[in-house]
Amino acid sequence: MALLDVCGISGWLKENGFNSKAASVDKVNHFSFAARTPEFAVPVGVDPGTFLKPLTDSEDGVNGVKIKLDHGTTTLAFKFQHGVMVAVDSRASAGSYISTQMFKKVIEINPYLLGTMSGSAADCVYWERLLAKECRIYKLRNKERISVSAASKLLGNMVVGYRGMGLSMGTMICGWDKKGPGLYYVDDRGVRLSGNMFSTGSGSSYAYGVMDSGYRYELSVPEAYDLAQRAIFHATHRDAYSGGTVNMYHMQETGWIKVSQEDVGELYHRFADEKK
Amino acid sequence: MSARYDRAITVFSPDGHLFQVEYAQEAVKKGSTAVGIRGKDIVVLGVEKKSVAKLQEERTVRKICVLDEHVCMAFAGLTADARIVINRARVECQSHRLTVEDPVTVEYITRYIATLKQRYTQSNGRRPFGISALIVGFDSDGTPRLYQTDPSGTYHAWKANAIGRSAKTVREFLEKNYTEEAIAGDNEAIKLAIKALLEVVQSGGKNIELAIIRRNQPLKILEASEIETLVAEIEKEKEEEAEKKKQKKSS
Repeated sequence: MALLDVCGISGWLKENGFNSKAASVDKVNHFSFAARTPEFAVPVGVDPGTFLKPLTDSEDGVNGVKIKLDHGTTTLAFKFQHGVMVAVDSRASAGSYISTQMFKKVIEINPYLLGTMSGSAADCVYWERLLAKECRIYKLRNKERISVSAASKLLGNMVVGYRGMGLSMGTMICGWDKKGPGLYYVDDRGVRLSGNMFSTGSGSSYAYGVMDSGYRYELSVPEAYDLAQRAIFHATHRDAYSGGTVNMYHMQETGWIKVSQEDVGELYHRFADEKK
Repeated sequence: MSARYDRAITVFSPDGHLFQVEYAQEAVKKGSTAVGIRGKDIVVLGVEKKSVAKLQEERTVRKICVLDEHVCMAFAGLTADARIVINRARVECQSHRLTVEDPVTVEYITRYIATLKQRYTQSNGRRPFGISALIVGFDSDGTPRLYQTDPSGTYHAWKANAIGRSAKTVREFLEKNYTEEAIAGDNEAIKLAIKALLEVVQSGGKNIELAIIRRNQPLKILEASEIETLVAEIEKEKEEEAEKKKQKKSS
């Protein structure tokens, strides 16, 4: 543009990659599934990854400043013959302070898709709500519900652009689509895995222990409910950063149902009574 | 920033026409005829082959192109414009497979091509694409589909359609002859396509190129010999029809 040329800035703009490379006809359109639209402006000049790495990864941080993100939570999901079980705790912690015991760690994207959240609450809530928006737009454009693999791929593609910039998100996308029940683990590094059983968060090891010892694909529905509930309960019992209530969902062919929301204190007494 | 043409070429006329788009549609009407037929288990594309010069290699002139394993298209109009559109569509098919982990539906890729064409009718310094396309294929649930796009960027689904030179004649023929029994089997659908093209093509089967997609099978381009056989069958059937009519008249 003429004014930029007169000021002598246009040369500098070109050097630093500010010229619009793509003509307007070829710009990102609604077929790119939000993969290429940058959600956040990233500061010019400094590579955010290298800037943040010493702050988050090293022991002492930089000049005593450290960004330490705790992943206080336990979530789990597993596939079995009657669909997918999803169970989460509901404690949100900031360090050793419990912010709330009633946090919703499962986002209901649509009647056939659920997303769990672990890691930084803000990151999870933001990106999964963005995913829900993309899923709704997909349904409007294509007149059919998005598949679980596509939804998880979208989420993975959205966050991989911010890899190394301090996001913290570990989520499981569960759903039922034309291909049957689907379960994917997606995290902030862009890892996307399909599987039969996942557990995330600080209490995941405890949950895995209980789940692995009781899991069979041929579980009946009440057995699966019991296994999922027990796994979360035992994790909340031993992990300081998990607690509150156990929220359980069952993904069936006709969509998900919320099975139960039980306080872990009451579960403790119920399981203790069983032993007697 | 480089000098940009900021003046749009496609602007409205006082009575609401986009003349550039209409001129593009005229360019399409000059292209060689293409016909598409949607059968029950088969989709057929037929194009009128332009006669090639003596020294020209015939294989390099292809008007039926594969977009993905299960979708293909034929076009009428400017071949160079078609090449651009086909390249973009092929990339989009793979991009969709990568992001969504599913093959495109025929409607999706048609919508993409139509959106691309529309954007070139509403941008600075660019003229519309001078092609109409017939896009055929099967969705993953096995439904056969036929769509037609035109330079303005609109698209519609059809049971059978024709584009290019003499498209009107061919379409009228199809309207009369596209019946349930005419597409009852694969062979019948192919013969209908050939019959439709024979209406407008000079010198018969030599100037017809035919491609078919059967459900769950890749695109197949029929050999010249196969087309000859089918043309011969069609001639025989015509004679038999004429004989029957004569007998009816005389009786």
